Amino acid sequence: MTTRTYAGREVELNAEGFFTDPRQWNEDMVDEIAGDQGIHEVTDRHREVVKFMRHEYEEKGDAPNVRALAKSSGVSIKELYQLFPGGPAKSAAKIAGVPKPSGCI
Amino acid sequence: MARRVVVLGGGTAGTLTANRLRRAVGDETEILVVDRDDRHLYQPGLLFVPFGMAPPARLVRSRARQFLSGIEFHQAGVDRVDLEEKRVALDDGETIAYDVLVVATGARLAPEETEGLTGPGWGRTVHTFYSLDGAAALAGAMARFEGGRLVVNLVDLPIKCPVAPLEFCFLTDWFLSRRGLRNRVQLTYVTSLDGAFTKATCNRELSGLLRRKGIEVVTEFATGEVDGDGGRLVSYDGREVPFDLAVVVPLHEGAEYVGRSEGLGDPLGFVPTDEQLQAKAWPGVFVVGDATDLRASKAGSVAHFEGEVLVHNVRRYLDGETPDARFDGHTNCFIESGFSRALLIDFNDTLDPVTGRFPGPVGLPLLKESRLNHVGKLAFEHLYWHVLLPGRDIPFVGTEMPIAGKRPGEGDRRPELIGGGR
Repeated sequence: MTTRTYAGREVELNAEGFFTDPRQWNEDMVDEIAGDQGIHEVTDRHREVVKFMRHEYEEKGDAPNVRALAKSSGVSIKELYQLFPGGPAKSAAKIAGVPKPSGCI
Repeated sequence: MARRVVVLGGGTAGTLTANRLRRAVGDETEILVVDRDDRHLYQPGLLFVPFGMAPPARLVRSRARQFLSGIEFHQAGVDRVDLEEKRVALDDGETIAYDVLVVATGARLAPEETEGLTGPGWGRTVHTFYSLDGAAALAGAMARFEGGRLVVNLVDLPIKCPVAPLEFCFLTDWFLSRRGLRNRVQLTYVTSLDGAFTKATCNRELSGLLRRKGIEVVTEFATGEVDGDGGRLVSYDGREVPFDLAVVVPLHEGAEYVGRSEGLGDPLGFVPTDEQLQAKAWPGVFVVGDATDLRASKAGSVAHFEGEVLVHNVRRYLDGETPDARFDGHTNCFIESGFSRALLIDFNDTLDPVTGRFPGPVGLPLLKESRLNHVGKLAFEHLYWHVLLPGRDIPFVGTEMPIAGKRPGEGDRRPELIGGGR
């Protein structure tokens, strides 16, 4: 567990860097969290995906993995990887302040 | 009062569920199973086909003949389910009304979802063993393979039987050794996960096995393209793995009609399912086997353990009571490790795979290579047709996970999942 300050407010992150309490998140934090993810220029397209991620989590209690994210958001997997290098679902979930997508076994 | 239970899918889950239900409910309840063909494939056998250890024809039997009397089999594809009206429209023009619907249509392979996978190399340098035709074609390619880079690729979860790609690696190592070719082959396992397997304790054991067998592992590889002509896997983030022969486990999705049935499935065509094995959004609709969106493995043992829970809950639903049995994620599988050995693992949602013996102190060794487990794996084919499909209980192997022979300590905690998500 670590503490970080985004948009002037302290938030708690777990060992993997996901918010432990999604209620601590607000939209003003997006640019700074994205910076921590190595994304230094946040475009409207990034914001769209992050907003969608947040919405899915709030609706269903779980954020989608990358395939489900691509299918339901209409942003192709290829573009998701360009927007969020390294791991789109995990990265977008962190920026959206929601827990790690549970995925599947 | 006459009531009708319609089971969609006559595979492992649908067949054992229909048979269990037939014995559990009275004759006034009609049971109808729908499937588009009459070929029941023993899927655990696919793993052995590429190595010439199982003749493809032996793995297929009539679906219709696996049902107890008193079960009607209707051969047709499903066009869509009208959940509001409780009706199933079939592709032969018929419409069937139901009181209870059991969705047991499993998962289908979606190789077309990966760029290039079904391109020019498909069936030549790029193969799969996840279908009967694919496994048979791969048998030819394996027999002809004389050396080079052989890559086994798990594109992404969920897949049926998540240990099968690893078993394929182990058997390939054995197969090549037997042919005197092992030192001429670079064998690599390329996976989307961040470790060899989804369960942390197993991951340690299986990673050790891979290392001892000289099998390279590439993790967190999100396959974006399979270039059969160029002989390379390309990830979405631009990494490349070259190959002379690629064995790919394609992406899986739910049955196509799920997507056409409004409100039934998730974006991948699996059905959101609760612990009572009911579709979350639709009372009277139950889901079993690979068709669910549950976190449990997509495997025959899971369908078997779900069967008892499902039948109990369907019976209560028909009696106007609340379904109250829950499925705990119990999974049990043999992992073939080559050279006539296998491991056995047994776990559920709350208890990780541990060492010890199964199902009791004098049982098969757990999480450890042994010849006995290999014999068990081969013997399972007979049990499958004669005990599991008829919906009988396998002696000593109940739905509730046994703990008598297990070594405590390591596993008495929530399981640690690795990978997934991305």
